[in-house]
Amino acid sequence: MNRTIPAALAGLALLAAMGCRQDMHDGPYLERLEKSTFFEDGRASRPPVPGTVADGELHADEHLYTGYVDGEPATTFPFAVTREVVERGRTRFEIFCRPCHGSLGDGYGTVVRRGFQQPPSYHIDRLRNAPPGHFYNVIANGYGRMYSFNDRIQTEDRWAIVAYIRALQLSQSTPLGDLPEGVVAELRAEGIQ
Amino acid sequence: MPQFFPKSANMLALLTLAIVALGAGGGLSALLITSRSPYNTQQGMPIGQPVPFSHKHHTTGLGIDCRHCHYSVEVSGFAAIPPTKTCMTCHSQIWNEAPMLEPVRESFRTDESIDWVRVHDLPDYVYFNHSIHVNKGVGCATCHGQVNEMPLMWKANTLQMQWCMDCHWNPEVNLRPRDQITNMDWQPPADAEARQALATQLAEEYDVQSKVSCSVCHR
Ligand code: HEC
Ligand code: HEC
Ligand code: HEC
Ligand code: HEC
Ligand code: HEC
Ligand code: HEC
Repeated sequence: MNRTIPAALAGLALLAAMGCRQDMHDGPYLERLEKSTFFEDGRASRPPVPGTVADGELHADEHLYTGYVDGEPATTFPFAVTREVVERGRTRFEIFCRPCHGSLGDGYGTVVRRGFQQPPSYHIDRLRNAPPGHFYNVIANGYGRMYSFNDRIQTEDRWAIVAYIRALQLSQSTPLGDLPEGVVAELRAEGIQ
Repeated sequence: MPQFFPKSANMLALLTLAIVALGAGGGLSALLITSRSPYNTQQGMPIGQPVPFSHKHHTTGLGIDCRHCHYSVEVSGFAAIPPTKTCMTCHSQIWNEAPMLEPVRESFRTDESIDWVRVHDLPDYVYFNHSIHVNKGVGCATCHGQVNEMPLMWKANTLQMQWCMDCHWNPEVNLRPRDQITNMDWQPPADAEARQALATQLAEEYDVQSKVSCSVCHR
């Protein structure tokens, strides 16, 4: 008796039935980042033509979008810095900058410990005195060996990160005497002089 | 004329019918079982890539947040696979001679995309959106599993309709605070009462509803 042939046929029919779904699975339209045979570079997601200005993206506000005012790095923020802004900045800083600059901004991130060039600490005098516009530009355009983050971080978030860096700098340079009394007592209890 | 079929043929006929019915039922359930099996869904199977990119090294090892690379996941339906430039922010200096990373450097030089193989791919007739899930408090790990332990990416869930529905019928218990979305180690409170309280509180705070009509996903 040869039962293997019917069994094999049944098995094949089963696999074929599963294969059927794939036709409807993958329709003729292209999903994001799918491969295209139509365009020369093979990309279905088309990069915009150089110089394109999308609707609502004219970016005429020089202070907000370039971080410059009259050709000088802006010394002020283009919008009010509230608690929400600083907190938003903290999350973005931890996502994008911490791997290299470290949680404190001292330049000892995990990636640096694996051999990446060490960035300067944010707590050196030059950077303490640098205007917000300078930091904005480092994020938007890169600086030396640091690549730009213009594609990953949007304008408002860049300023939020700058606000958080300012907070970090304050946190490392404020004399104990300038803190509210309750906080001073707490720190002294922890043994900090 | 003598009887052509012996009396026992009655039994035989019934038996044949029963076998056919059982066979059809068995075949159908075999189809259903195989279609849910990892063989079909590729659940749990690591997928090879042109560059052996390890989520384990980059997330657990280096503490890099998911959004460092999948940066549009909170604002767009699409989580985005990072462009080559993202790799090069670090690999311009680290492992910048390693043959393993040659495809990355070549892609950067020639501006030709790296040919990443898709791991999760819903059928084109299903609509899915990351930002709504993430903003309503569903974490990456709930759907993608322990990505931080994957040397190569695999699918932790089937992505079949039943899986979506299991959650959509009762999403509350799968919620977490928004600031824990990318945390791979977050656990709900161990105590059953506290867990239910958190679920109810988050569902109310984020206004989470149970969305089960067909047009939610098939539009
Ligand atoms: C891949 C590692 C890396 C990441 C990620 C990174 N940086 Fe840097 N950063 C550097 C290095 C390296 C330098 C020093 C560059 C040089 O001097 O050539 C630097 C320099 C800087 C400086 C000092 C510029 C100056 O005037 O000296 C600032 C400010 C800065 N980074 C901000 C940021 C911010 C904000 C982020 C997050 C959005 C960020 N960096 C992310 C590596 C990194
Ligand atoms: C250093 C950049 C980087 C980080 C950080 C990162 N990923 Fe990825 N991710 C990638 C790349 C590159 C791919 C494509 C290659 C692959 O599938 O492994 C990918 C693929 C994926 C995929 C599968 C995409 C598909 O093809 O279906 C998922 C899911 C994913 N990542 C989730 C996460 C989660 C969750 C985290 C945070 C724990 C994370 N990623 C962190 C770079 C990154
Ligand atoms: C924030 C910095 C950073 C980014 C962005 C980054 N890597 Fe890495 N990657 C590293 C570091 C640091 C190591 C070395 C890890 C170690 O020594 O443990 C590494 C190691 C690797 C390795 C070596 C094998 C391994 O896993 O240890 C590969 C391959 C790799 N990365 C691929 C990529 C690809 C592809 C991308 C872009 C999607 C990428 N990396 C983005 C920092 C980064
Ligand atoms: C509700 C479940 C769910 C959650 C939560 C979720 N994902 Fe996904 N993810 C999916 C599904 C389903 C797909 C396949 C989408 C498709 O094929 O269109 C996917 C695909 C992806 C992809 C491939 C690219 C894309 O967008 O199709 C990446 C990368 C990814 N997810 C990363 C993440 C990260 C990072 C998080 C957390 C911030 C996350 N996902 C949260 C279900 C989820
Ligand atoms: C772990 C839980 C979970 C899983 C798994 C899940 N979802 Fe959801 N989904 C949610 C929650 C929560 C919402 C938000 C509902 C609301 O609007 O309050 C949502 C909303 C959606 C929406 C938007 C609804 C609208 O009104 O715009 C779509 C589309 C959707 N999910 C598709 C899917 C698909 C497709 C899958 C399977 C591949 C899936 N979801 C898996 C929890 C989940
Ligand atoms: C939460 C999202 C969601 C909802 C709601 C939903 N579906 Fe689906 N549906 C899916 C997904 C995901 C698939 C793809 C399954 C796969 O890949 O195997 C699917 C596949 C299907 C298929 C193809 C058969 C198959 O299993 O492959 C049919 C038919 C279907 N759905 C009908 C419906 C009907 C009818 C409803 C309303 C009662 C509905 N769906 C509601 C997500 C959904």
